[in-house]
Amino acid sequence: MIANLYIPPAFILILGALLVPLIPGKAKNIFIIALPALAFWLISQLPHGELLGVHFFGHDLSLLRVDKLSKIFGYVFTLNATAVFIYAFYLKDSQQHMSALGYIGGALGVVFAGDLITLYFYWEWMAVCSTFLILARRTPKAYGAGFRYVMLHLFGGLVLLAGIVMHIHGTGSIGFEAFTERTLASYLILAGILVNAAAPPFHAWLSDAYPEATVTGGLILSAYTTKTSVYTLIRGYAGYEILIVVGCVMALYGIIYALLENDMRRILAYSIINQVGFMVCGVGIGTAMSLNGAAAHAFCHIIYKSLLWMSAGSVLYMTGKSKCTELGGLYKTMPLTMIFGTIGALAISSMPFTSGYTSKPLIIEAAVNQHLVWPWLILEIASAGVFLHAGIKFPYFVFFNVDRGLRPGEPHKTMLWSMGFMAFLCIFLGCYPAPLYAILPFEMEPHVAYTLSGVLKQFQLLMLSALAFFVFLKLLKRTDTIAIDTDIIWRKGGRWFYLCADKGLNFVNSVFNELLHKGASTALARYFSEGPLRLTLAVLPADDAKRAQISRYFRAGISPIGLSVAVAALYLFGFIILTLP
Amino acid sequence: MSQKKEFDWFDHDKNRKLLWKLLWGTCALTVVAEVFVHVHPHFSFDGFLGFSALLGFASCSVLILLAKLLGLVLKVGEDYYDR
Repeated sequence: MIANLYIPPAFILILGALLVPLIPGKAKNIFIIALPALAFWLISQLPHGELLGVHFFGHDLSLLRVDKLSKIFGYVFTLNATAVFIYAFYLKDSQQHMSALGYIGGALGVVFAGDLITLYFYWEWMAVCSTFLILARRTPKAYGAGFRYVMLHLFGGLVLLAGIVMHIHGTGSIGFEAFTERTLASYLILAGILVNAAAPPFHAWLSDAYPEATVTGGLILSAYTTKTSVYTLIRGYAGYEILIVVGCVMALYGIIYALLENDMRRILAYSIINQVGFMVCGVGIGTAMSLNGAAAHAFCHIIYKSLLWMSAGSVLYMTGKSKCTELGGLYKTMPLTMIFGTIGALAISSMPFTSGYTSKPLIIEAAVNQHLVWPWLILEIASAGVFLHAGIKFPYFVFFNVDRGLRPGEPHKTMLWSMGFMAFLCIFLGCYPAPLYAILPFEMEPHVAYTLSGVLKQFQLLMLSALAFFVFLKLLKRTDTIAIDTDIIWRKGGRWFYLCADKGLNFVNSVFNELLHKGASTALARYFSEGPLRLTLAVLPADDAKRAQISRYFRAGISPIGLSVAVAALYLFGFIILTLP
Repeated sequence: MSQKKEFDWFDHDKNRKLLWKLLWGTCALTVVAEVFVHVHPHFSFDGFLGFSALLGFASCSVLILLAKLLGLVLKVGEDYYDR
């Protein structure tokens, strides 16, 4: 009975969201910060097990399945949410806060869902709530991006639903466990999850939509959708080798596009794809170490990625600009934002003594242990590339490079505190990873984060990457451009389809018009109207007056019966002659 | 009343040159240090001196050049989708 008293953490945020419009002034913001903090505490108190069941349309739903895997994601989701709402203390827009709380609540719902029906409900709930974070910017671009975002997610959701229905039909179970049987159903569910994980070619919703969201919207979005997918993959798809390939592609794809982009938030959006690639690869390797690596990397990634988005958000908030071609020299008036942003940039690059260095090597080491040479090499190359596009490019073009005369000053104090807290976590987890390693979900040999050999190799890799950046700096000169990505299919696809239909079908139509309507039918009409007259005139020579009279008769359709019979007989005769063998 | 002078250390050529030297120096140092530290190779091909350094520089150079080449095809004006 006592078990039924446990409250799913998702309820705290979702029900709390309903009260947001009723609370005035600063109390509203304090209330919003308190909700995820309360959820964090609640998660820390939950024992392991299936703690809340509901009977629903003949199925026993499990709303609160708690184990180490759900807890580690629950911790970081609520911790990040608390920091994000401190950052958003300046924001009074209830709609944005409600959407954000609903969205984060949905992510917690997925993480603690013990069955596929509950998971699917929260999955779609997240898609709907997150769309409002994009629309809240209230620009035509944001409306377009929001529409495309929700359509893609509904598509992914439908694929997921199809898989879930087939899985339940095939196995008779709604439980969400590892998909050990590789069936069409499990692959459909995987495809649905990979849409949310931003795996190419269905990744472009991320780089399309996140940069169009509001300052805090982009920050919140960056943490939850893709990491919820990583959680789902870890639980359901450990050891699916295809994920190694998908992960490696994502890791490199994100780098190339981040190098091409001009907008700082688009650079960060592509670097999410790159980072999630490491995690997906870890899931594909499927050993305890690699799965722990994926979970640990998701944990650290959420923190340093939030820090980077906070830093970029502060710049956007203070200057109203987000393009590298319009930014530069901000270290003079935004030094704290620059320092915090740089710490985030170093952490994402796995610089020793930052959090990235204590999480990512777990995945890479797991690849080594499994003798996966190519994946190891690609992950190492991608590690170097991260420093290139996120570690140096982002801070260099935003805070240094050319002084564009911008003198914005630092953002609100709450924004700085929040960034300071996240920067502290990045360094703390980098120097003292024991608390993180203690909550990792799978049993493994103790991992030694720091060896002299490992640190030296990492420094070599990163410093020489930095050298390559500055040596080839001229090639990296920013231009006022965007890069075409796969979203061109659904952004231009409609117009292409219209054009194809217009040009193609109308061409066929006009050809048939010429051939059949104008050509064949006119010829036939002429043949039947003029033919008998010409035949008659040819056979019955007469004087001009007679010929003119016969012509008038035929054209008016009033030829004498005798003549008509004669012509018909002539036709018949001609027909017999022509058809004789 | 004189205004507080702005911090513009990174704008001066002298300081930028110093940073360049520091960068080269650090790169060299990380490679030279390998002589004194035993680095554990993972596979048969990554045991030589400065493997990670070579991997870092070469892979980043290739990534930059690849991005530059792809940019010729993929980069379009910002109003591309509004046309």
